[in-house]
Amino acid sequence: MLRIRNLRCGYGNLEVVHGASLHVERGEIVGLIGANGAGKTSLLNAIMGLLPPREGSIELDGVSIARQPVWHGVAHSLVLVPEGRQLFSAMTVADNLLMGGYRNPDRDQAIAQALDRFPRLRERWRQPAGTLSGGEQQMLAIARALVARPRLLLLDEPSMGLAPLMVKEVFEVIAELRRKGVTVFLVEQNAMAAFGVTDRVYVLETGDIVMEGRPDDLLHNPEVKRAYLGKGFRNVWE
Amino acid sequence: MRAAVRHALPMIAMTAGVVALQLVISAADRQFYMTQLVMALYYTIVVMGLCLVMGYAGQVSLGHGGFFALGGYTSAILTTRNLAAHLRPETLQTLERIGLLWSRTDLYGAPLATLAPWPAFVAALLLTGAVALILGFPALRLKGHYLAMATLGFGLIVYRMLLGSAFTGYADGITGVPPWRLAPGVTVSGAMDNRIVNYYIACGFLLFVLWFLRNLTGSRHGRALRSIHDSETAAKAMGVNTPRLKLQAFVISAVLAAAAGSFLTHFNGGIGPSEADAMKSVRYLTLVAAGGMANIWGAMGVSLALTFLSLRGVFGVYDHAVFGGLLIVIVSVAPNGPGRWVADLLRRRRPTVRSSGAAAEPAT
Ligand SMILES: Nc1ncnc2c1ncn2[C@@H]1O[C@H](COP(=O)(O)OP(=O)(O)OP(=O)(O)O)[C@@H](O)[C@H]1O
Ligand SMILES: [Mg+2]
Repeated sequence: MLRIRNLRCGYGNLEVVHGASLHVERGEIVGLIGANGAGKTSLLNAIMGLLPPREGSIELDGVSIARQPVWHGVAHSLVLVPEGRQLFSAMTVADNLLMGGYRNPDRDQAIAQALDRFPRLRERWRQPAGTLSGGEQQMLAIARALVARPRLLLLDEPSMGLAPLMVKEVFEVIAELRRKGVTVFLVEQNAMAAFGVTDRVYVLETGDIVMEGRPDDLLHNPEVKRAYLGKGFRNVWE
Repeated sequence: MRAAVRHALPMIAMTAGVVALQLVISAADRQFYMTQLVMALYYTIVVMGLCLVMGYAGQVSLGHGGFFALGGYTSAILTTRNLAAHLRPETLQTLERIGLLWSRTDLYGAPLATLAPWPAFVAALLLTGAVALILGFPALRLKGHYLAMATLGFGLIVYRMLLGSAFTGYADGITGVPPWRLAPGVTVSGAMDNRIVNYYIACGFLLFVLWFLRNLTGSRHGRALRSIHDSETAAKAMGVNTPRLKLQAFVISAVLAAAAGSFLTHFNGGIGPSEADAMKSVRYLTLVAAGGMANIWGAMGVSLALTFLSLRGVFGVYDHAVFGGLLIVIVSVAPNGPGRWVADLLRRRRPTVRSSGAAAEPAT
């Protein structure tokens, strides 16, 4: 569904992704893990078209989308939940969801479904998004993306800054998306949590993809253990 | 049905207010207020249009005085420039028959043929729209205050050109602009016996702009504009074509300013270069800020009141100082607008309600 070859992008003179290649197949949930500053957000933004790629190709369903305007991708159901949520904080929950459906003609129906899944948002309907709790904000960010009816959903660190219970909730939502047939490309620093839901994982290190594998295999890879899982990971995992 | 009524209610109330004000002024025998009131109405249309750019698209324009002047001068030039000597009589006749041209004789009985006010008005809107497009296209592609700089430069250039060229009458501007007959009995002109009609013309125009902007800002496009103001990156990620939407808002706003300029020029029978003065543009901007930025009602109310008082000469020699001071006070004390500021003050006085979430919920 998504195929990236030799992608390079950066800011000014600084190149932060040095020729990354990866692919995500239909119905798959693929993870991308890496340390702070590895270039994960830059890579996602390049896929969306928010950051123009310098070299390489990005194909969605076999059609090149590199250098296309962002709205073009959104109109083709490529949807991003940005890092740090990026809600419209002065606007109401209602307006945020309506904005999620900006390119979706069936937004009313999609909003009704999103509200059934996240009933708390219905209670907060007329409240400015900025006044929601962190967990509610993340739910709104995901709900807003779902209103766009994504076929490929890009998630940038959805567990960032959330309490463990909320993290669990976020990953439950991702697991549900799989059942609905939505393809997901998930960026996470919380490698442990990402391993729980993904089919395949890429490891990005300072702008290079250094590893690819099934979560089970990566879990037992000593290098991954050392770099991304820390000491006490076994306790959390089991 | 109920929702439709509720939506129309403010417009109905406004219309009633317009009629009531006219009756009060007539009953109090203060007809001479009408002239400044009409002028204030036209300037307020500029402010409301600017509200779309500043409050909703989050962009600053310092060129709205220039757009107003561009509209006014285009109408003034096209309806006063004598074409009788340049066109063959048959051509003149044909053009007059289809309503584009207007023949009469001047003060000395010589033949005078000019463009009719309607086509001149359309030309003014098209020209201003094109200029705004050219200014805004590059500036709105970039993030930051490029539009403010581009429009500031534009305003200064227009002002200097109007002052410096014979074509626009130097510092005197253009006079002798003919009345504009919109319909039988409905003529835009400053004639004494026509004041009430012109009050209603200006109010009608204002109400139309209010209705138009209310629909626009309440629509999907208006929401997208507000979202750009909130977070441009997120708006883009939602699929909003941000440069294009901002450009559309800017062009609409410029064209509204030009339309107001054109009407006021016919009302006053002329126009001068001071309309393009940078101080005018700053004044429009101040009024949008004082109205609460993304608040068309606020911009309308504040602008009508202050512009009327200013035109009546209430502020005397402190006229510029009043608006400059207002801008400073707004920016430093109530950047979200005086309405929000008062609301915050009131909230601070009231005892705070515990349980934030449920209390803030309206019972719908
Ligand atoms: N707008 C920008 N301008 C300049 N440099 C940037 C910009 N955004 C990111 N960078 C740099 O690019 C590099 C990669 O940043 P990026 O945000 O893609 O990393 P990340 O993997 O998402 O990190 P994190 O896990 O902290 O979110 C970093 O060194 C960062 O400083
Ligand atoms: Mg990141």
